[in-house]
Amino acid sequence: MEQKTKVNAEDGKQELVITREFDLPVELLFKAYAEPELVEEWMSNPYSTTKMLKLESKKQGGYQLESKDAQGKVVFRANGVIHEFITNKKITRTFEIENTPFGVQLEVYEFENLTDDTSKLNMHVIYESTAQRDEVLKLPFAQGLNMAHNRIQEILTKLKMTK
Amino acid sequence: MESRRDVFQAIADPTRRAILTLLAGQALTPGAIAEDFHSSRQTISKHIQILTECKLVEQEFNGREIYYHINPKKMKEVADFIEPFRKMWDARFNKLESVMKKHKNK
Repeated sequence: MEQKTKVNAEDGKQELVITREFDLPVELLFKAYAEPELVEEWMSNPYSTTKMLKLESKKQGGYQLESKDAQGKVVFRANGVIHEFITNKKITRTFEIENTPFGVQLEVYEFENLTDDTSKLNMHVIYESTAQRDEVLKLPFAQGLNMAHNRIQEILTKLKMTK
Repeated sequence: MESRRDVFQAIADPTRRAILTLLAGQALTPGAIAEDFHSSRQTISKHIQILTECKLVEQEFNGREIYYHINPKKMKEVADFIEPFRKMWDARFNKLESVMKKHKNK
C-alpha cells in the first residue's frame, strides 16, 4: 500500500519535502492552518496540549505556540513570522523552536485542490544547513532510542529495589 | 547516548562508508580491507574500531584470523532513521484529517 505521508530528504541537502493527500476539500485543509482553535485541536494529543498564544493569519503576521504536558509543564514553545498568506493556496512562514540549537527554518506550504473532496499538502522546509536538517530529522529517532533507554533504566531500577 | 559512538557520525565519514560498502559484499580481514585503501593500516584499523564500537560492523574469529562483517540489523536501523520522522508527521496529519472531518459535519 502506498503511504499517505511521504518525506523526501535527499542526502547532503539542507531541505526536505513532506507531502500528504487528505480526504478533505482544500478549503477545510487550509482552515486547519488558519484558525487558531483548529490548529490547537489537531496539534494536541493525549500527552500534550497545544495553545496558540498568537496567530495572525495574514501577510507579515506572526504566531507563537506552546505545548504543555499532562502535568501542565511547558515542554515546547515555537514562533515564526508569516511571509505570505494566500487563502486556500499558499502559506510561507518561518518556524523556530525556542531555546533549542535548531535555528530557524523556512516553510512553504502549498495547498492543492485534487477533487471536490480531496486535497494535497506540499510542505517544503529549508534549514540553515545540511547538518541542522539532519539533526531535526534524527530527533524522533533519537527520542525513540531515548525512550527505549529510559524504559530499560526504569526496569533495572525496579529490579534493584526488589532485590 | 553520549558515551557511545554515534552511528550517524560513523557513517558521515567517506572512508568508513567505503569500508561498509566493501564489507557488504563479503567478510574481510583488517589486512584485506586496508589493501583497498591508500591510507595506512593504523588509520584503517581506527576506522574499523569506530564502526565496531557503534555495532555497524562485527568481528568474527576464524582460526587465528579476525574477519569483519556487516551487522545487517544495525544497518537497517540507520537506513530507516527517517521513518520515525515520517510516522510523527503521518500521525499529526491523521489527527488533522479527523478533526477537520468532524468540523465539516458540524
